[in-house]
Amino acid sequence: MLEQIEGSKAVAKAVAMCRPEVIPAYPISPQTHIVEALSAMVDAGELAPCEFVNVESEFAAMSVAIGASVTGARAYTATASQGLLYMAEALYNASGLGLPIVMTVANRAIGAPINIWNDHSDSMSQRDSGWIQLYVESNQDAVDTHFLAFRLAEQLSTPVMVCMDGFILTHAVERIDLPSQETVDAFLPPFEPRQLLDPDAPVSIGAMVGPEAFAEVKYLAHAKQLQALDEIPRIATQLTGALGREQTGLLRGYRADDADTIVVALGSVLGTIEDAIDELRDAGVSIGAVGIKAFRPFPLSEVGAALGRADRVVVIEKALAVGVGGIVSHDVRIALEGEDSRARESRPAVHTVIAGLGGRSITVASLKKVFEDAVAGRLPALTFLDLDSGLVERELARTRASRRSGPHAENMLRDLGFVDPNPNPDPV
Amino acid sequence: MFAVRIHGRGGQGVVTAAELLSQAAFQEGRHAQAFPSFGSERTGAPVVSFCRVSDREIRTREPILEPDALVVQDPTLLHQVDVFGGLSKDGYVLINTVFDFEELGLQEWSAGFRRERLLTVPASDISRDYEPYARANTALLGGLASLTGVVSIGSIERAIAERFGGAVGVGNVEAARACHDFVSAELLELAHA
Amino acid sequence: MPTRQIKFYQVGSHAAGNRLLDPELRSVQADPERANSITKGHRACQGCGEVLGARYALDAAMRATEGKMIAANATGCLEVFSTPYPESSWRIPWVHSLFGNAPAVATGIAAALRAKGRAEDVRVVGQGGDGGTVDIGMACLSGMFERNDDVLYICYDNEAYMNTGVQRSGSTPPGARTMTTQVTPGHPGNAFGQGKSVPLIAMAHEIPYVATATVADLRDIEAKVERAMGLRGARYLHILVTCPLGWSCAASDTVKVARLAQQTGLFPVFEAERGEVTAVSQIRERRPVEEYLRLQGRYRHLFEPARRDDAIAAIQAEADRNVRRFGLLAGGAGAGVGVGVGGLADGARSVGREGQ
Repeated sequence: MLEQIEGSKAVAKAVAMCRPEVIPAYPISPQTHIVEALSAMVDAGELAPCEFVNVESEFAAMSVAIGASVTGARAYTATASQGLLYMAEALYNASGLGLPIVMTVANRAIGAPINIWNDHSDSMSQRDSGWIQLYVESNQDAVDTHFLAFRLAEQLSTPVMVCMDGFILTHAVERIDLPSQETVDAFLPPFEPRQLLDPDAPVSIGAMVGPEAFAEVKYLAHAKQLQALDEIPRIATQLTGALGREQTGLLRGYRADDADTIVVALGSVLGTIEDAIDELRDAGVSIGAVGIKAFRPFPLSEVGAALGRADRVVVIEKALAVGVGGIVSHDVRIALEGEDSRARESRPAVHTVIAGLGGRSITVASLKKVFEDAVAGRLPALTFLDLDSGLVERELARTRASRRSGPHAENMLRDLGFVDPNPNPDPV
Repeated sequence: MFAVRIHGRGGQGVVTAAELLSQAAFQEGRHAQAFPSFGSERTGAPVVSFCRVSDREIRTREPILEPDALVVQDPTLLHQVDVFGGLSKDGYVLINTVFDFEELGLQEWSAGFRRERLLTVPASDISRDYEPYARANTALLGGLASLTGVVSIGSIERAIAERFGGAVGVGNVEAARACHDFVSAELLELAHA
Repeated sequence: MPTRQIKFYQVGSHAAGNRLLDPELRSVQADPERANSITKGHRACQGCGEVLGARYALDAAMRATEGKMIAANATGCLEVFSTPYPESSWRIPWVHSLFGNAPAVATGIAAALRAKGRAEDVRVVGQGGDGGTVDIGMACLSGMFERNDDVLYICYDNEAYMNTGVQRSGSTPPGARTMTTQVTPGHPGNAFGQGKSVPLIAMAHEIPYVATATVADLRDIEAKVERAMGLRGARYLHILVTCPLGWSCAASDTVKVARLAQQTGLFPVFEAERGEVTAVSQIRERRPVEEYLRLQGRYRHLFEPARRDDAIAAIQAEADRNVRRFGLLAGGAGAGVGVGVGGLADGARSVGREGQ
């Protein structure tokens, strides 16, 4: 049924339809509307049987989910940014134990400096945690992907993170088609755990594993993610049938088949990128896009195949590997190295564009400029979209001039005119 | 695609206004995307919200830099924030104020635009007639419907009634209608001037 | 059935053998059908107080719950020595997640059981050492208390991070030597004026049941676990468990040292409900702290090369304060246990050997 609804609330409805049994939740912007909506549904008896647990931290949230999952309950939680980091230890624990927990990450920047706006640094920081990571493009995609996530997680006994851009998607009100409960029930059967704490059949879960077997246990986690490369497209096809709406599996191309330049990105920026591509195509530029949905596991051969024939690839990244540069582009390069069909010299050049950090808007105009630069051969290997280099240079000059140069953030904000240049004037 | 940008201060229902506008468009079977731009979240801080309306799926997520219509809920923002940034030459402006464009000091600025599309409306005063629940933000949507025709007043009223039940809904619906009629009258006057 | 009250009193030992007691009063361990929740084959040290306490506590819990129980264990000695890959000495459903989250994992298990309609018959125990409870697990523990989740949490307190090599915890007593509170001329081990009492913190949460116990009175541990399992909501049991390795005492002195901790007044043994003390184990024969300290190498520096009378006196003062606060001596009603809830609750019992 069609509804004009806020992204968070739509996700809450989708999650509720998946019949979670335990939802531990700790609030953090911009995920709050999701857990608030779920709590209201539980209190009203609309979502039952379900225990909503108000926990004391995100670390507790994931820990409660772990306890619930090993007891055979379908467990769900949501977080962002600092909260995701606070539960980092528990993330690795959940994946190491093979627990099919599903979590929504409302992508938000990580401080310092504290910043509540969108970028991908939070989920990217946990890309090696053993969780499957799916990045959604729109709120409809967010809704549909949660159905897929629960099914995938339980199929493989691996936790799944659904990443949706904070504020940009969570707080956007748009048209969503929500399926019926019957449709979801037919698609997602009740949870059948692989391991279970049961007094009638006791087991010990979470034993120490020494050098004799640790590598093998870890390899199994890797093997399971590689299995996901087959499972994700398979489940996506089944979901397409169930919902009557085309679902993206591992990735999705947009006017990319014959493109000389291909733009790669994750998440909601793909919509803006598509508008830019349409405008450039109208002007005769051969350009397309590939949106990667499954970032973990990273679909190396699929990405390699999608990009292999292009002359150049421009990766728009919403996170930064400090000290080296791009994160997604690194994996893209590995994918292209695997393309035997083309020798090294004829592989597409990969350009990394770091954009949107801390919620800075990515505009069609800026994207077009950077794409045109790429086509014209003017784009360096690594650029920062819309970076105010003058601002940076002036701060660097300050640090060279004086040891006690002060906090960078305050100096730069003052430079931009956001902070009073003379905060403590002498009284007149 | 028709892009509306709404300016106001925290607590004035700027975000709600954009959402209601998107609801109205949805009811007419169109695609609409409403989203806020958060600054530091506190009452009184300048807030901007956006609403795109289109017959096709809306893909872009960038803020509305070139609005087709501007709504300014709080005139104290006029000389503080660049509310008019990017407005197209054929753009519409609706400002909540008892003053006219000359009195606001915008005479010169308005010269570059289509005069009949720049209007002021005393939405706060109008909504006060429908106390205690009516607010300027919903009233202004009624005015916007008349000024731009992006959605019908009926759709605005239905969206308000669905969102706010009971007496709250009724008061805001009436204020929206009153504001709509005020703007319609003003447009007629301008046409004959 | 007519019962005979046991009044005899043996010097040197206070043990009343099982065969002299009515069956209901006998230890669970006397029953060949006991659960053996943690069974043989674990790798605990000789004389380990923690595994002793755990065996008694968990088998009592299994009897009280008719074998329907799930345990969540924090990282620590108990977890490590009980599950050396590929073996496990646990015969109950058992999960180990992380160091600081055992209370939260227990909360999750309890929530799942409620969602599945099994909370009536299947019960949850969370457990860990002092490190995982008093320090890194404190936030999760407090959250579990505050929500009144239906979990019995047991802390096996050996007063330091033993599994990692004896480092100071928030439970390490003043004057004790650990690897991070070493003995130097200016510092006789762990500082005075630090530390926290988690039983008192638990009482401040006003949860249904809080109790302390030691491995010197194993039947008392069983009785308290039984009592706790007869209640619902958040319950906390804090058991002093001797660590011969970390405390540098003889492995054969495990029970003796724990008994002295209670008899000196350093470790008050009591029960509380909703923030008020309801029962106190009275000290039958008060012992000076020096008798307790001398048995342990972690306090050797208080006596050699020279006596540190100031430190010993301060420790004695602490013991005296506990005696006064909790009313640990027969006939002496305490001035009141902190947390501002006044003295013993009306009808509170002073529990001697004879009573129940």
